[in-house]
Amino acid sequence: MELNSLLNHTSEWLRGSGPNSDIVISSRIRLARNLDKYVFSHWANKSQSEAVLNIIKESAAKVDYLKRTTLFNLADIDNVDKQFLVERHLMSLEHAQKGDNKALLVDDEEIISIMINEEDHIRMQVMQSGFNLFEAWNIINAIDDGLAKELNFAYLANWGYLTACPTNVGTGMRGSVMLHLPALVMTRSIERVMAAIAKLSFTTRGLYGEGTQAMGNFFQISNQVSLGPSEAEIVESINGLIRQIIEQEKQARENLMTKNRPLLEDRINRSLGILKSARIISSQETIELLSMVRLGSDVGIVKDIDRRVINELFIITQPAHLQKKENQKISSEERDLKRAELIRDKLNIH
Amino acid sequence: MLCDICGKNQATVHLTEILNDQMSELHLCEECARQKSMAMEQQFGLSDLLAGMADSEKPEKETETIKNLKCPNCGLTYADFKKTGRLGCGVCYNTFSRYLGPLLKRIHGSTQHTGKSPLKVSNSLRKGIDIQTLRTRLQNAIQAEAFEEAAKLRDQIKEAEKKEEK
Repeated sequence: MELNSLLNHTSEWLRGSGPNSDIVISSRIRLARNLDKYVFSHWANKSQSEAVLNIIKESAAKVDYLKRTTLFNLADIDNVDKQFLVERHLMSLEHAQKGDNKALLVDDEEIISIMINEEDHIRMQVMQSGFNLFEAWNIINAIDDGLAKELNFAYLANWGYLTACPTNVGTGMRGSVMLHLPALVMTRSIERVMAAIAKLSFTTRGLYGEGTQAMGNFFQISNQVSLGPSEAEIVESINGLIRQIIEQEKQARENLMTKNRPLLEDRINRSLGILKSARIISSQETIELLSMVRLGSDVGIVKDIDRRVINELFIITQPAHLQKKENQKISSEERDLKRAELIRDKLNIH
Repeated sequence: MLCDICGKNQATVHLTEILNDQMSELHLCEECARQKSMAMEQQFGLSDLLAGMADSEKPEKETETIKNLKCPNCGLTYADFKKTGRLGCGVCYNTFSRYLGPLLKRIHGSTQHTGKSPLKVSNSLRKGIDIQTLRTRLQNAIQAEAFEEAAKLRDQIKEAEKKEEK
């Protein structure tokens, strides 16, 4: 698979299908694994990390589930391509930065991705559109079994899988659900919801994971505890929490529709108006406005725009995606022009 | 005065930040201040936990020996771990187990893994895990006063122990 071929493919996380896809964007499970006795990636020297990369590469090639994957050595691809992969949620920001012998394994459907030599030797992730954590768990569990047949993982009976950071020990699992919660933000109920989540030992992050801020009303919620409960118990606990948040968002949307409809229509149509006519627009503003248009489409206020177009715009307006499309490096100012042009193009077809 | 971050709104929040002994002042609008505090909260959770570890109460001499404790497999010292919050290899977990136990308890509220195990772990070890898991579940069941469940678990443990003896 060529990296550029992904440009014409809709990321799994933005496919906009799956259960509760009006509120839940995507469900993702990540497992951290390390090879027994080998020095963890951040503490390894070049030859040690090279050995780890080679062992994992060979083993992955023998796993049935990973037959249709492509391996990218991060040393061989430029910064725009790295950012492009981050924007598609196929790898972390951290993986795009410093470090030797880093690689990324991606399947053709962009459902499975495996980071090699990130913080841990292996960070595998499975992504599903909509509210579908159990399915993600089933797939990643099978991949993990396949890899475990080939590799000896660092593991202790009492503490489970051993990871570079003690916060990931045990299952090595992080389940995350990406939510779109515009109505809870508009009704100023979001702080209350987030405070409750923090008390239950779950974390909330922005669109691009650790350290990023909530943008465009997107929130990523994941488990904090990885040692103690089993994988299935972790999935169940996240699911329980997400179900409650979905209910609250639904309620807030209904309230806005019945009690504040003019205000809601105004916000949504203004957002659409700006997107349809702006000549210069930043990626942050684009996401904020698209978030409102997506809400408009969910509640039936915006009728004449295909959901797929809205979903697609979220990703193709990102900086690296714009540059890949233009096939050249362009400055931030130029990008804002090109972005506005692209959005007008997609939204003013009629 | 305008906000230092967005440069658009009036600054109403005045923040003094001390980073690496350098004091700096930030003047922010309400919106940017809220975002900054959210970002700070997220960052603090982890480093606080790791930095504020249990050894602050120990006598100084002992703290010195802990700091110099070194993993025989990868050479990482306990001081290295305290600095980065990352361990150097799987063997580190054995090397520093005395100090990691309380830390794991603080992070996860538990020190017993009950999830899946790698297929390559030898059978005897896996039996051990199963019994340990059952014992943990039994304790939980008793605490939750789920006595029917507890009785079932007790029988399962007995059975597993019998198998292990054979």
